[in-house]
Formats: sequence, C-alpha cells, structure tokens
Amino acid sequence: MVRLIDVEMKYGNGTEALKGVNLRIDDGEFVFLVGASGSGKSTILKLITAEIAPTKGRLMVNGYNLNNIRPRQVPHMRRTLGVVFQDFRLIEKKTVKENLAFVMRAVGASKRETRRRLDYMLGLVELTDKGDCYPYQLSGGEQQRVAIARALMNNPSMIVADEPTGNLDPDRSKEIMTLLSRINDMGTTVLVVTHEKKLVDSMNKRVVAIRDGVIISDEMGGYYNEKD
Amino acid sequence: MGYYLGEGLRSIKNHAMMSFSAVCMIVGCLLIMGTFTLLAVNLEHMLGRLEAENEFLAYIDETYTTDQAKALESQVLAVENVSSAEFVTREQALEQYRQDRQDNELLSELPASALRDRFRIRVHEIGQMEDTVARVRAIDGVVNISAQVEVAQGFVLVRNIAGGVALVLVAVLLLVSIFIISNTVRLATFYRKEEIAIMKMCGATNAFVRWPFVVEGAVLGLNGSLLAFFLQWGIYQFVCSAVIQSNGLSLLTVIPYADMARQLLLTFLGTGFVIGVGGSLLAIRKFLQV
Repeated sequence: MVRLIDVEMKYGNGTEALKGVNLRIDDGEFVFLVGASGSGKSTILKLITAEIAPTKGRLMVNGYNLNNIRPRQVPHMRRTLGVVFQDFRLIEKKTVKENLAFVMRAVGASKRETRRRLDYMLGLVELTDKGDCYPYQLSGGEQQRVAIARALMNNPSMIVADEPTGNLDPDRSKEIMTLLSRINDMGTTVLVVTHEKKLVDSMNKRVVAIRDGVIISDEMGGYYNEKD
Repeated sequence: MGYYLGEGLRSIKNHAMMSFSAVCMIVGCLLIMGTFTLLAVNLEHMLGRLEAENEFLAYIDETYTTDQAKALESQVLAVENVSSAEFVTREQALEQYRQDRQDNELLSELPASALRDRFRIRVHEIGQMEDTVARVRAIDGVVNISAQVEVAQGFVLVRNIAGGVALVLVAVLLLVSIFIISNTVRLATFYRKEEIAIMKMCGATNAFVRWPFVVEGAVLGLNGSLLAFFLQWGIYQFVCSAVIQSNGLSLLTVIPYADMARQLLLTFLGTGFVIGVGGSLLAIRKFLQV
C-alpha cells in the first residue's frame, strides 16, 4: 500500500514539483498515473522508490514510513517493489538469466531457490527459450518483458513502471499492458506512469491525473482526457 | 564469497582495457615508490657502513704499564653507547704508524715509548658521539682523545635529511597513487554506474554492490604489485651491475636485491592491496548514493 499525505516536494533549484499531493493506492490495485512532462509524475515515483525524500508531508510505502526510514532499511523497502523503466535498463554484459538471477542473489537467495524462480518467471513472460541470450539479441518488447520478470523476481507486493511502453510499438505496448494486467490479477499492485492515451483508455483502470504538481482527477475506470 | 569473487573476476575480464590501465598505474606508482625506497635504503646502508667505521681513539697515560692500560678496557666498554673497544699497544701503534708512512727511514729509530697505549673505540649511535667522548675522557687514565665529532655530526645530518626526504616522498607518492588509481577505477566504475543504480533499485545493499569492486581492486592491486616487484628486480639488477662495473663509483656499495626481496615483496603486496582496494572504495562511494 502507498500513501502520500499532503506531500510537497521542492528541489534545490527552487522548482516546486509537488504541491500538497494526497494519494492512496491499496494492495491489489492497478493504477495509471498520467500527466504532461514536468507535471510531477516522476517525482512521485522517485519518492516511492526512496530516491528522494519529500520536503513536507507524510509518505508510507508497503509498511515503511519513508519520512524517517534509516538508510540501511532502504534496500529492504525496495525489495517490496519491482521497478520497470522505459529504457529497460538491463545489464548488457549479463545474459537474460543472469539479469534475473542477480536480483535474487542481492537478497541472499540460494542458487536452488533462484533457479526455481528463474524458470517460473521466464515462463510467465514467455521467454523460456531466450534465457541464454544477451539483451542486445532481443527485441524491445522482449527486453521489456525481461525487465518485468526482473521486477517480479523477488515477489514484490507492488510493481512501479515508469513509461514501460515508451520505447515500444503499439502491438508490443498492448502486450506489455496485458502482461502487467495479468500480474495484477495474480495479486500484485501495479502503478504505471504513462503518456499512452489510447492504451490507458483501453485498459479501463483507475487513472490518477496530475498537473503542475497537483492531482486534478482520480477516477476508477477513468480516461486520459486531452486536457490532462 | 564465491559470488563476489566470480563477479569481481568477471568484471576484470569484461573491462579488460580498464583493468589493464589500472594495473599499469599500480605498477608505475609502485616502481616509482620502490625506486625511491631502495635508493633511501641503500643510502642508509652506505651511511651506516661509513658510520660504523667512524671511530675515535682514547690515549692512556704513558706512566701506565701495558697491563694497567689494558685493564681500563672494562671501564671503557661500560660507557654507554660504546659498541667495541680494541686495545692497541704503543708497539702496535708504532708499527701501524710506520706502515702508514711506508717505512720511512727517519722513523726507524723512533722508540715505541714515544707513543701511548690506546683504545680504538666504536659507538652504536654516532649522534651521541660527543657525549660518549666526554664520558670516556672522564675515565682515570685516559689523557687524551682523538675524535672527528664534526664528521660524525655531518653523517647524522645527512642521514636525517635523506631519511626525511625519503619518508615524505614515499608518503606523497602513496597518496598520489591512491588518487590516480581511484580516478582510474572511477572511470571504470562510471561505465557501470547504471549497473550499480539497477542493483540498488532492485534492493541490493551497499555491501552487495561493493564487494565485487573490492575483489576487483584487490586482484588488480596484487597483480600490479607482483609485476612491479619483478620489474623492480630487473631494474635494480641492471643499475647495480652498472654501479659495480663503474670504476669511478667503486666506493659505492649496494645491498643485493635478494637480501631485501621478501620484505620488498610483502611491502609491494601490501601497498598494492591498499591502493587497489582503497581506490575501488573511493571510486564507488559516490555511485552508491542512489
């Protein structure tokens, strides 16, 4: 569960990215966060992943109070999240399997446990036969599926996806959204930041729209309106 | 640990050019430091040898019999800082005197009684020579002293300056080495900051990210130090043979490399390890703040 209560964020250069944002995302929800560039979407993601701390307000993520979280607790908090980036961010010199396995090694999982999870995740994203490939040998859609599998490796309670379809064609974008929706159906909370109007509208999920650091709409089954 | 070792070694292989530059840097820094250290050690050795040969003479009252004069040996040896006291009878002194003057006929009639029995005294610490001379002079029966105190002070001054300069140079070079290695590794790490950021975002702890870099730094540092050790050996042998073959420098003596090899190897390995690991830790510190 994510809770932002009266959160304000002012950067060192004086930019006010968020102005008293209140947002609640319950476990098991699928939420789109939409808005123009510079509206504050990325700031919300950075706050949730503890890359930055809010200037004011309260912030809770999966049971962790990020206002007074200790640096040594941050990795543990991040293990409850799976992050998916627009540019996939796979490690080029590792194979698909290695890209997935290191996430579990990072949390001290055994080789056997890692192997078992690896097989399951590759099956889930339908890349069982690509385990020994390097990222550059995969298409964009396949790379993003690997990134989603990596985000799920530690069985997080929430997936945070930052423009996950930004580098993909419409068909691959639809595939990725379908995959995220399937993951949500299995009980994982999903937060997707996106610009893809058609995609958002076709999914019929909760849509939170933000403009100039203020949430302007929050509707179940909402639409990504032009004016947003 | 197996994972960290594997990752560290694989990273060296994957970033072969960067690894090669880091090893070259380590070798270069260690060679410069090693050369200065060897120079300082040899200088110290030569000064020590010259110091050891620096002695003074204590002349015994001519009214003392040889036995009485020799009996003073225990009192001379009891003086603090005296390392050895060789008794020389007036006859031996005369013989030496004649030999030094190539048996000059004018000296053939010189009686031994013209000279005094004496002690040829050497000291542990040349810096305390003046005090030692004063204490020996105070012994009953010692009537005169012949000592080159100024020469002794000169040696002490040269040794102190050489030691100080060597220490400062080695310390400065060590710091410069760590800085250079840190920048080299930072450059290597810069290409991997994305990888570090991904690891951190996936919930990796700083220790998990740091350990492969520590292994990498240690392996590069130890390899660099081994290479530097053998290169230093070659250079030293080359310079030594040039010094020995040079007639003009026949006064110079050098310590064989083999005599210092063990200590030097340990010092190189230790320094290489510190430079490698220290450089790695300094380099990744910034990138861990994600």
